This record gives sequence, C-alpha cells and structure tokens, in this order.
Amino acid sequence: MAEAHGATAVSATGGTATGTRLLEVEGLTSAYGPVRALDGVTLSAEAGRITAVLGANGAGKTTLLRTISGLVRPVAGRVLLDGKDITKAPVEAMVSKGMAHVPEGRGVIAELTVDENLRVGSLFRGKVAKSEFDRIYDLFPRIAERRNNHAHTLSGGERQMLVIGRALLAQPRILLLDEPSLGLAPRIVAQIFGLLRQLVDSEGLSVLLVEQNARSALSVADVGVVLNLGRVVVTDSASALMGDEDLRHAYLGF
Amino acid sequence: MSDLQSPAPSAGQVTEDAPTVATAAANAPSAAASTGRSLLPQSTLLRHLVLLLLGAVAAVVLLEITDPFTNSQLATLSYYAIAAGGLTVLTGMNGQISLGHGALMAVGAYTTALLLQEPADALPLPLILLISVVTTTAVGALVGVAAARLHGPYLAGATLALAVGLPGLAVYFHDQLGGEQGLRVRAPRAPESFESFIDLVSGASASSTKWLAYVGAICLLITYFLLANLVRSRIGRTWRAVRDQDVAAELAGINLGAWRVLAFVVSAAAAGLAGGVLALVVRLAAPSGFTLVLSLSLLTAIVIGGLGSLLGALLGSALLVFLPPFVTDLGTGSGLSSTEAAQLAPFVYGVVLIVAMIFAPAGFVGTIRMRWLTQKAKRSAGRAAPADSSRG
Amino acid sequence: MSYFVNVTLTGLTQGMIYAAFALALVLIWRSTRIVNFAQGSMAAATTFIALALVQAGWSYWLALVVALASGFVLGAIIERVIIRPVEGGNELNAVIVALGLFVALQAGIAIVFGSSFQSFPAPFGLEGFSVGDRRIALTPNGIYIIGAVIVTMLLLVALFRFTRVGLAMRASAFSQEVSRLLGVKVGGMLTLGWGLAAVVGSLAGLLIAGGGFVYPAYMDSLIVFGFVAAIIGGLDSPVGAIVGGLILGLALSYISGYAPRGSSLVTISALVILMVVLLVRPGGLFSSTTARRA
Repeated sequence: MAEAHGATAVSATGGTATGTRLLEVEGLTSAYGPVRALDGVTLSAEAGRITAVLGANGAGKTTLLRTISGLVRPVAGRVLLDGKDITKAPVEAMVSKGMAHVPEGRGVIAELTVDENLRVGSLFRGKVAKSEFDRIYDLFPRIAERRNNHAHTLSGGERQMLVIGRALLAQPRILLLDEPSLGLAPRIVAQIFGLLRQLVDSEGLSVLLVEQNARSALSVADVGVVLNLGRVVVTDSASALMGDEDLRHAYLGF
Repeated sequence: MSDLQSPAPSAGQVTEDAPTVATAAANAPSAAASTGRSLLPQSTLLRHLVLLLLGAVAAVVLLEITDPFTNSQLATLSYYAIAAGGLTVLTGMNGQISLGHGALMAVGAYTTALLLQEPADALPLPLILLISVVTTTAVGALVGVAAARLHGPYLAGATLALAVGLPGLAVYFHDQLGGEQGLRVRAPRAPESFESFIDLVSGASASSTKWLAYVGAICLLITYFLLANLVRSRIGRTWRAVRDQDVAAELAGINLGAWRVLAFVVSAAAAGLAGGVLALVVRLAAPSGFTLVLSLSLLTAIVIGGLGSLLGALLGSALLVFLPPFVTDLGTGSGLSSTEAAQLAPFVYGVVLIVAMIFAPAGFVGTIRMRWLTQKAKRSAGRAAPADSSRG
Repeated sequence: MSYFVNVTLTGLTQGMIYAAFALALVLIWRSTRIVNFAQGSMAAATTFIALALVQAGWSYWLALVVALASGFVLGAIIERVIIRPVEGGNELNAVIVALGLFVALQAGIAIVFGSSFQSFPAPFGLEGFSVGDRRIALTPNGIYIIGAVIVTMLLLVALFRFTRVGLAMRASAFSQEVSRLLGVKVGGMLTLGWGLAAVVGSLAGLLIAGGGFVYPAYMDSLIVFGFVAAIIGGLDSPVGAIVGGLILGLALSYISGYAPRGSSLVTISALVILMVVLLVRPGGLFSSTTARRA
C-alpha cells in the first residue's frame, strides 16, 4: 500500500526533483512560557512525497506546523525551504516562498463567501486567471455549487475542500496540512486523502501532513515521523511504521 | 492549545515561571503580606486596625505641619482617593471599567449640597454624608444591574454615556439643582470639640479649611479601612475569581451578575462619599465640576497606581492633586498662556494612560511589587534548582 | 403637522452624521476589536486643522480635503504606534489606551488651538427651503450633509465589495491568522482600516461643525451618539450602524422637539436608549452574533 509513489514525477511548479529535501527542520524548539512544546525536532519533507507527522494529542504536532510557518517563533533551531533559511521570515511571506499552511479547524473565513475565500488565497499573486479558479472548482465540484454561499454555511467536509482548494490556488510547492481528517466522516477523509495522493503523484506537490488519525495518514503517506512530548521518536517509511506493531501500540494508538 | 500539556523541565523553567507567580501574587496582596516577615499582626482585621491608627496619626501630623494651602490640597486628595479607592475595587478586583464615576460623584455632591441648603445645620454632617452615600449607592445599583451584563468596551461606552449625559439633568431640573451655575454649598462650621482638639495638638487656629481637610481625612481612612477588609474577605476573593476565571466561577455556582452588581454598588458608595466631600471642600456642586475629564482622571489614578491596589489608588490620587500645579507652572514658564497651560495636566494624564498600558500594565505599585517578587523568586529558585530539575 | 415634518427632517440630517460616526467606530471594531473612544478627539483635531486653514484664507473645500487627508494620516499613525502594542491583548488595556488618547488629543487641541468657542463655516446656506409659504427645516447645508455621507458610504461599499484591497481588508478583519497564512499583509490592512475610519470620523466632525461652534470638547456628545448608534446596529454591522444612526437621530430629535426643555435631555436620552437596547437585544438589531459574552 505504502510503497514509494511517483518516483519519476517532477514538480510542475517547483522544479525540485522528487526525493530531494524540500523542507528541512533542524533542532526546532518552541516554548509556551516555561512549557516546551517542541524540543529539538529534526525532520525533513521530501519533494513529491507525503510526509506524515503522527503522535498523540499534545505531542507538539500543531506547534510544529505553526513554528514552521512563523506563527510561533522558535526558541532554537532552523527551518530551511529548498536550502534557504526561512526561520525568521514573516508569516505573510511564507506563501509567496511556496509554502501553504492550512491550519487546524478548517481555517475558512466564515464571513466571506466561498468564492471570496478562494480569491483571498490568490491575492498575493496579483491577477490570477479565471481558469485557475475553474480548475479548483473542477477538483471540488461540491464547493463549486456553493461558490456564492457564505463559508459558515458549509459542512465540515466542504470546508476542508475549500481550504485545500484555496491553498492550491497559491501554487505551493509544499502544503502543510493540520489534522485535515478531524471530525470528518471516513468516506470524506478517504476522498480528500485520495485527491492529495493524486496531486502529489501527477503534479509533483509535496505535503507535510500532521495527523492524529495515524492509520489513515500512513495509508496515504510515503514517510512517517512519530512525535512524542515534543521530540521525534522515530522516522521511517510509512510501510515500515505500519509493520511495527509495538510502535503503533505505544505511540499511534492502533 | 492541544500541545500545551507536554511537560518539558529545563534549566530555564524556574526563572520563566517567576513573572506568572508574581502577577498572581500582585493580584492577591494578602498572600504576599501574610507570608512575609512582618511586624504587623497576623490577623487581617487587627493588621488593618493598626494601619488605620497609623494612618490617623500620619494624617494629623501631615495636616498640622503643612500650611493652609496644602491643607486644602490634601482635602482635594481625600475625595479623589476615596473615589479612586472605590473604582480600583471595581476595575482592579472585578475587571469592570467605569467612566461614569465622575457622574456618580455628582450624585453624592448634589445630595450633600441639597441637604446643606437652608436651614443650615439642620442635620448633623455625618448623617448628611451617609444620606449622600445611600443615594449614590441606589443610583449605582441601578447602573450596576444594567452594567453587570456588559463587559469591556460595552461597559465603557455605557458609562461614558452616563458621564456625558447625567450632568445634563442639573440643567433640566434647573429650579431644584441650579442649572449650569450649580448649587452653592455652605460648609457646616467645625464643632467646638474640634477646636479644642487642634488647640491640644498644635495650638494652631482651627480654620474651616482645616476642619474640612480633617473631615476628608476621616472619610478617607474609614473608606480605605472598610475597602481593605472587604478586599481581603471572601467577597474580595470571589470578585477576583469572577474577574480571572469567569467560566470556572460560574460552573462553581457563583452568580456572576450578582457579584458584579455588588462590586459596582460598593464602588458607587465610595463615589457618593467622595462627591459629598467634594461638595464640602469646593463649596459648590455644578455640572462643570463633573466632566468626563474627572472620570478619566480617576481612571488615570488607578491605572498609575496599579489596578486593584488601594495604596496605588492613593498614590495615583496624590499625583492628580500635585501634578497639575507642577506641569501648569512648567507650561507658563515655557511661554504658554494660563488657559493653555491648564490643559497640560489632562494631556499628561492621557499620555500616562497610554504609556502605562503599553509599557507597564501592572501600574506603578504593581510593577515595583512584581520586580520585588521576581527577585525573590529568583533567589529561592537558585536554592531550589537542583531539587527542581530532578523532578522531570 | 409642519412642525412634525421639521423635527423629522432635523432628525434625519443629524442621524446621517451619527451614522457616519458610528460607521467609523464599526470599521475599527471589526478589524481590531477595539472601540475607538478617541474617534471624537481625532475628528476634533482634523476639524481644527480645517478651521485654521479656512482662517488663513483657504477655501472650505481645499481645507476639507486637507483635513480628511490629515485624518487618514493621524489614524494610520495612531494604529501603528499606539494601538499595535495592545491589539489582541486584554480588552481593558485597549479601552484604557483609547481613553488616554481621547484625553491627550483633546488637551493637545486646546494647547495648540486654544479652548475658546470658534465659529466654523458651512459651505452652503443654513436657511431652510421654502415650500409654498412655509419654510421647512431642510437647508442646503443639510442636503450637503446627507449627500456627503451617502457618497462616502457608497465609496466604502465599492471599496469593500469590488476591490482587491477591500477584500484583503475584510479578510484581515474577520480572521487575522488565516489571512496572514494566505499572504495578506494584515498589519498594513489594519493601518489602512484605521486611516479610513479616521477619514469617515473626521468627515462626521466637519459636517456637524459646519455652521456652528467648535471647541476642543465639541465632539464629546457625538462620541456618545455614535457609540449608541453603533450599538443599536450591533457594533459589527456597517448597515446596522447607518440604520442605528438614523433611528437615534430621529429619536433624539423628537425628544428635543416635543419634551419640555427637551434639549437638555438629549444626551441622557441617548443613555436610556442605549441601556434599553443593550438589555433587551444585547446583540443590537443587526448583529449576526446572538449574544454578547455575559
């Protein structure tokens, strides 16, 4: 199931060969007051792959993504995108560097319509061709039907589709996804993960996926990183992690 | 949020902890006072009685060694401090803001002024002041019931409307309240016992200015004694719970609204007394005395003093009295006309409010206390460090 | 009957000004969750700038443009320097900062421009139009006021609905974090929002000053009326602010026109209306949120 995917695909937007380290995190440490949520985390996400960060509630997964995108400033450590240090870059600049972060809890702007949400996602690029919007609506026909509705009227699954679609409009090289499966029906989760896999394989997108739902995440990911109490416990291929029963019981809860 | 639970002990942890502890302690001054080595008695009531006595002695000494002008400044200080003390209970302890305390002072002042119209000396002064307090408390309860459901900017806006709107009533009830000119107040004469008391203490003449300064000081001491005990009591603890942990407090069965109303009522009572003293000292109750700037000055006093601290409210009030002459002199000295220079004091209040909120939200007293507690925590952390790091 | 019509016309004209002022408060509330109590002082400051220019021989219109522009700069600077440090923090701190600004600006105006009453010119006539042999309370200046507010509102609608920067401002107002992640320069949008709000507030100040007297505290009651109007509308809703302004303008005009010695009751009436609205319908008449945090 989890053998290496898309070994020959080259990113359409980034031009980085599959398998090279696109995003690197080195010794990242973040603290909320005296509490360290991340304690020297080192990991990398390879181009054209899905890297899943797994762990229990409170393992530091969300903080990891928030620190990578600059919402939380690290106490120590570095974040590199394509070899360039982006640790101190402002949050607003991340998306133009090719990194799109979809936060936990859907992240739609509830007061704006679906269409406006998509447009906000493309604002930083200046004028964007209508065909790009059409492509997103083609990918997610369900939100296309509701394009003039306010985002707060959408269901959980539709919201997730909207935020992923919005992130794709930014033409990112790497997508950071925070718990996309949270609160969604398994059928919808499978649909969204299937689509991600498809985008990664056909268009060379890279994904850093944070998930508590380890079983689903490992079924779609190439590489898994297990986080516990702010530290990396193990990094291995998704299939190897699936096969390690002791590890699954100890950290992944299945 | 979900990532906050992971414990990660480290060398840096203890010192980083100190500010949080300090804030908590700054909000609950009794804890710091009762655990420290102190010459004062352990019992809260007894300790406050001793402080009351010391305060009384200090007041007598202060009023006897200073000239009449300073006497009247101290009388002004007393009514500012009474109102600020009440406001600091409301804002500091209970987290409610009021821009309407100037208007509440007007209620107290007009009540006193009305009761002191002819025939003079019909009622004893303490009773007049008491009636002023009761009247203002009633108005405060009315406002408080409405205010209890509001918070932050909503409450600020509503009380702002009170501050701007209430003085208009004096114009509307022109015949009873004297319109824009207001009511002149004939201050009651000092009793003979006061004259003999002054004669005994310093041998100076017992002027009416001095008598009013003493009335102010007595009211101030009584108010602060009562407020201090209230703040340390179960009521004060509940107020702080309502402020800091409103959801938890509500789950614990505390009726938030009722406690907020109570805080408003207590602070309104103080404002009423302050208004009564103001009417006596200024000898006038007029709309121009209760502008929005008065309410904002009181807010400045408690912000400078550190929200929630009675000592801070007193020091902040002292600033309201002694700063204006100072900056006005400075202004006229640098070529401003006297009307322009008179605006320097409110200008400074405004700047102080902004700067304090940006750089030292704990206020003057709070900041110093926090420094001290941080130092103390660092020292004890130094001793406890080995034990602490072994915990993780 | 004609008295009723006149009172109504006066109420609508005043209501338009309250609406503009309320709109300025709502714009800032939506973006930074701060009620800008300093709005009145800021507007007073720009009105005094206009007055100084008019007294120096400038035309009203040029002075108006300069005043509105200086309002924009003032709003932007205040957001950057004073408001930014308290944004998103304790709401009490933000309220106190706004109040500090209120006092400081007002005193600053008195120091710079003096605290005496000065007459402020109106660009159009203050005599009512004649209908048949009767004069009504609608004046050329009143029409100018109503027109200026309507044009301003249409411009704002156009900005927010049809422009990219308007969309970015709305996104920043509703969700700062998501907007930042989408590459919107939220800080710049907030500054812009404060600047624009200050322009609208300044306009209200200039309009209410026209044909009357100004002094440093002349906006004190307008800040109350604007706040009440904004609360009637729900504090979150621009449309609500406008309707709230008109409702309040009419209500106060009827009280002033019909109650004995009603003019001295206007401000306290606004307080009563405010309390009734807050207690009966805490979310205002137009708010999408059902209730305020108790």
